[in-house]
Amino acid sequence: MSLAYYPGCTLKTKARNLEEPGIASLEVLGFKLEEIPRWNCCGAVYSLAEDDLIHQVAPIRNLIRVKEQGKDKLATLCAFCFNTLKRANLLMRENAEKRNTLNSFMDEEIDYGGEVKVVHLLEVLRDEIGWEVLAQKVKLPLRELKIAPYYGCTLLRPREIAIDSVENPTILREFLEALGASPVDFPESTRCCGSYQIISNPDDISEYARDILNSALSHGAEALVLTCPLCDYNLGRGQKELIKKHNEFKEMPLFYFTQLLALALGLDSQVCHFELNYGSPESLLREKDLLS
Amino acid sequence: MSVKEENKNPAETAVKEKKQVAAKLIPVYIMGKRYEVPEGLTIMKAMEYAGYKFVRGCGCRGGTCGACGTVYRKPGDYKLQVALACQKTVEPDMYMAQIPFFPVNRAQYEFADLTSAPEEVFKLYPELFRCVACNACTKACPQGVEVMDAIAALKQGNIAEAARLSFDCIQCGLCASRCFGELAQYHMIQLARRIYGAKILPRAEHLAEMVGTINEGRYDQILEELKHVKEDELKKLYQEREAEPMVAGEDWKPKDTRYL
Repeated sequence: MSLAYYPGCTLKTKARNLEEPGIASLEVLGFKLEEIPRWNCCGAVYSLAEDDLIHQVAPIRNLIRVKEQGKDKLATLCAFCFNTLKRANLLMRENAEKRNTLNSFMDEEIDYGGEVKVVHLLEVLRDEIGWEVLAQKVKLPLRELKIAPYYGCTLLRPREIAIDSVENPTILREFLEALGASPVDFPESTRCCGSYQIISNPDDISEYARDILNSALSHGAEALVLTCPLCDYNLGRGQKELIKKHNEFKEMPLFYFTQLLALALGLDSQVCHFELNYGSPESLLREKDLLS
Repeated sequence: MSVKEENKNPAETAVKEKKQVAAKLIPVYIMGKRYEVPEGLTIMKAMEYAGYKFVRGCGCRGGTCGACGTVYRKPGDYKLQVALACQKTVEPDMYMAQIPFFPVNRAQYEFADLTSAPEEVFKLYPELFRCVACNACTKACPQGVEVMDAIAALKQGNIAEAARLSFDCIQCGLCASRCFGELAQYHMIQLARRIYGAKILPRAEHLAEMVGTINEGRYDQILEELKHVKEDELKKLYQEREAEPMVAGEDWKPKDTRYL
């Protein structure tokens, strides 16, 4: 079955370790992710200013590309792109006045009214494939791998676009269970990673990351599973510095959910591009006999 | 036509030609002023007919140099249209203005030091990420380049795709003149084409081999001999040379294979 797919710019450069294992895994699960043609940046951050319509143009153009293809669903892999695209879509569905302005501004495009459904790949796994089927397809159960699900913000907030319960999400826990791993719940699971504050306050965000990572560690996690390249950057980039600054700080490997999926489905570990990860995810995997 | 007549100014000559062919006059507006010009002229020739003299901003007059970018509108149509003045023929009631140059940011770089990594482009042109996909650049391209898509490809780090999409760019700069994010698209995609051509496309091995053969002196003697041949003899050699037939198979070879 083919599924219209929006990658996002970061997945083509820094986060190929999020994209490539995702595409390869879905293929094994019977879904062909077909990149939509002529896609643009998703807009990166959903603009909260009510009258700032120009920043809605980029995400909506991408949704128009899906409609042009005669498709009614768009799968995303990057949590940030998911957020921006789904919120822009909602705006087009619900606000007639802004919809008209935007359609009239993009007069070279077909009219758009939010006809496409934006989903995240985790939703495809949960709702279209199902955890039981996924569990049956697992060839290499990630036994004894203690992983804390880290949701961050963009899959869950605001409530209107959430893929799961805003307060108490379980989708990543269920995902990890299907792969045979041991999920570790921790209170910072849905805390913000600091997002784009990294640009203006990098030191504060490093300390912020330390709180999140220390909390996961103290609850028994050996690694974190992520869905978003910005969370990966904020939680991963400062770890080396944190080790120097704080004696007690222990490096924590970060995985994208697609890497764990590919690994569990028995795909060649090359597709996971572990070389792009922060920290040493491979040594942890070798320790657990999950990687040769 | 006498020499004296040829030296007349172009507008007067055009008037004379107009009388000869009795071309219909149509109204156009050049920078807001109405002129009657013969239909069928290009915008550039029509402006010269109206008395303008191009000292710069006319370039090649052949549609390839990008010096004569023109914007125009027709009454009752909100759409801004674009053209190359040397290519587009005038239409009645065009309101037009020339944009031969538009000031933009052009990054300075030592090309030999660049790699093919997308980050090189990001560093030289960080404003790339100010693009909001408004598509004004594509609409402003007289060459029909999908400029916005090429910029999107650059943001995705796909230099090859940016180069492919922008192949027809002639650097007229109209895209930049319309850009909401103040990007100099045409310089960015030119950089993409340069990187693609020099650092991504595979090198032509047969070319390097041939250059090597030349440097080894294989053709030195024959060239030296040709230098001393008399003109008549040279003409004879040229006329009597063995040329490849119009239809020849892949395996065709001349009788003299010494220099193959």
